[in-house]
Amino acid sequence: MGDKRSIGARIGDFFSWLGKDLADIGRTFAEGDFRTRISFLIMGFGQLLRGQIVRGIAMLAAEIALLYYIFGFGAGYLKDFLTLGTKGRGFNPDGTVSYGDNSFFILLYGILTIIAILMLLLVWRINVKQNEEAQRLLAAGKKLPSNKKDLYSLLDENFDKTLLALPVIGIFVFTVLPIIFMICVAFTNYDYNHQPPSQLFTWVGLENFRNILSVGGTGYGKTFFSVLGWTLVWAFFATFLNYFLGMAVAILINQKGIKFKKLWRTILVITIAVPQFVSLLYVSKMFAADGLVNAYLLKWGFIERAIPFWTNKTYARILIILINLWIGIPYMMLIATGLLMNIPEDLYESAKIDGANPVQMFFSITLPYMLFVTGPFLLTQFIGNLNNFNVIFLLTQGQPQSMKLAGGAGYTDLLVTWLYKLTVTDSDYKMAAVIGIMVFLVTAVISLVVYNVLPSVKDEEGFQ
Amino acid sequence: MTHKKRISHAITYIVLILISIIWLFPFFCLILQSFRSYQTEFGGLVNYLVPKQFSLDSYKYLFSDGCQYTTWYLNTLIIACVVALLQTIVVICVSYALSRMRFTGRKLLMNVWLVLGMFPGFLTMICLYFLLKQLGLTQAGAIPGLILISVASSGMGYYVCKGYFDTLPKSLDEAARIDGANRFQILYQMIVPLSKPIIIYTALVAFMAPWCDFVFASYVAFGYSKSYNVAVAMQRWVWTNDYQGFFTRFCAGGILVAIPVTALFMALQGYYVEGVTGGAVKG
Repeated sequence: MGDKRSIGARIGDFFSWLGKDLADIGRTFAEGDFRTRISFLIMGFGQLLRGQIVRGIAMLAAEIALLYYIFGFGAGYLKDFLTLGTKGRGFNPDGTVSYGDNSFFILLYGILTIIAILMLLLVWRINVKQNEEAQRLLAAGKKLPSNKKDLYSLLDENFDKTLLALPVIGIFVFTVLPIIFMICVAFTNYDYNHQPPSQLFTWVGLENFRNILSVGGTGYGKTFFSVLGWTLVWAFFATFLNYFLGMAVAILINQKGIKFKKLWRTILVITIAVPQFVSLLYVSKMFAADGLVNAYLLKWGFIERAIPFWTNKTYARILIILINLWIGIPYMMLIATGLLMNIPEDLYESAKIDGANPVQMFFSITLPYMLFVTGPFLLTQFIGNLNNFNVIFLLTQGQPQSMKLAGGAGYTDLLVTWLYKLTVTDSDYKMAAVIGIMVFLVTAVISLVVYNVLPSVKDEEGFQ
Repeated sequence: MTHKKRISHAITYIVLILISIIWLFPFFCLILQSFRSYQTEFGGLVNYLVPKQFSLDSYKYLFSDGCQYTTWYLNTLIIACVVALLQTIVVICVSYALSRMRFTGRKLLMNVWLVLGMFPGFLTMICLYFLLKQLGLTQAGAIPGLILISVASSGMGYYVCKGYFDTLPKSLDEAARIDGANRFQILYQMIVPLSKPIIIYTALVAFMAPWCDFVFASYVAFGYSKSYNVAVAMQRWVWTNDYQGFFTRFCAGGILVAIPVTALFMALQGYYVEGVTGGAVKG
């Protein structure tokens, strides 16, 4: 982020790089021998003839696989990419069902084909470079790296490629591709009324974004801003209440002369250890209308009627934040315990000599130190809480629901739980995708802003 | 000890005891309610805490023929073990490459992964479901499907482990390289043994996550009850309309899950603390 150059300059850089690269390719071809030149078409040809069997086979295999995919499979989908299919389900003349186009697969495999073409270009460029290098080495009278050395390098100087190959492919197939797909879905009308294979969906431009920002009428705008507001309020309280109370508990236990330190910590940590679906589901039932808490309050005569913990909007929101403390304080306590021990003891000693009381020492030594050290942690916690699906879903499932909110949203729904409901309950994939993009934007903006003001990022030696 | 200090300690102890009661009370209730008899009392929510008669009815039901609890339990255990093993290997590989090696595109890769992490996980649920369906890994094949999804994206969770690798002195690597060791040997024979705490932390976190995964797991199993994991099944018990009858069974089933997971966590607590503290400071 230290790079402050304008975007225009970067685009300029890119084109000058591209021009230079194209010139390089041209020169390689012009100066190349027949092995190099044929390699421009049949990848790996030059490598094979020069005895670099491993590289040659890898290149050739990559070319065949990619071309086979692009022309044998992907092209059929790519040609419909701009319409996402025109032929709906119908009946053949002989009375059988004809399935027609499947917009889902056209979109998914279309994207994959475009990526395959880019990959082919990349592999092709590497192939050209390898040929150019090999030719240069031979012309200089040097020997090419042997096949054995090529293979061995995968465990040594090229070990990063071995290590990262599978993780990168995994992330590509199961994270990158689906995210690109869903971003595209946000610009289509893919929903309950347009579900493949029986129906088609198609591009609608910015329609869905207009919908989510339109406040009046049937637009999702009002609901979106209401849910967004609660999401931010929730993330704020869930992060900072946990942070300060967790730190307070840690300080309480850390005091000199307090016995059974380990016991207190172990008791608290139990809420981290027990799977949340057990603890949170149980607690949510404790506060149900006919749950234990209401039952005993009624029995002991404190209340006349059951308290609507989960059906009253305000009660539900407050209770969620309180129950989250039960889960969150121990986590912060663990972290704070370790960090508090790192504060140099003599800071406190000298403060004591100056006549500072414990409260003053907390605000002038402990808190600044903790805030400095845990700045980035607070940011990740805040973002984690924006997306804290489990706590909300296990406690309330976003209830209480209201007719005032669109898209089946409830008053304790976060953007992510609303996204989940739109996907699973309403099959409103287009709006779910739009909300996903909105969550991304919120996260990215908060991260960028906080990242730029954090003292510990700006100045690593700041706390002295 | 001064008088003032004694009072302050007394207050601290009172606060700590109160906190402990609040923290343990729900678990205490959970255990008590799991022993309520389904035959003689009611299996749902009731307005008293201590069962009139202690019985093992709910536990017996879990292991009866009509109930698939053991299947669900085994499913979760298999997912948790395999995911813990594979995810740890992936994280070690990625962390080593990013911490120790310098290659073109390293910064780009890290930035792209950082940006990808800003998208909410459930956004891609429908697409992942169709990808798994294409591979035949939904419903009956949901268990390998869930493992595949968890492991495939685990490379992005390298931060804590890489942070730890960064603290190991680079001079160790250089010394080993002078002795003729290659990168693979350095990782396998030197870094891994030195990183035991962080490896245990990574495996522990990976092992605990599947016990809580009910959203995606239920989506992938899609009503095929043999492929449920315990979280999916228990959550269905609590949320179906007749949860009244299944409440005590949920308590019993939940306890049987919580005991081994909690015991494992408590045993490895020290590593966990080291991991989260290190992660918090590095961000």
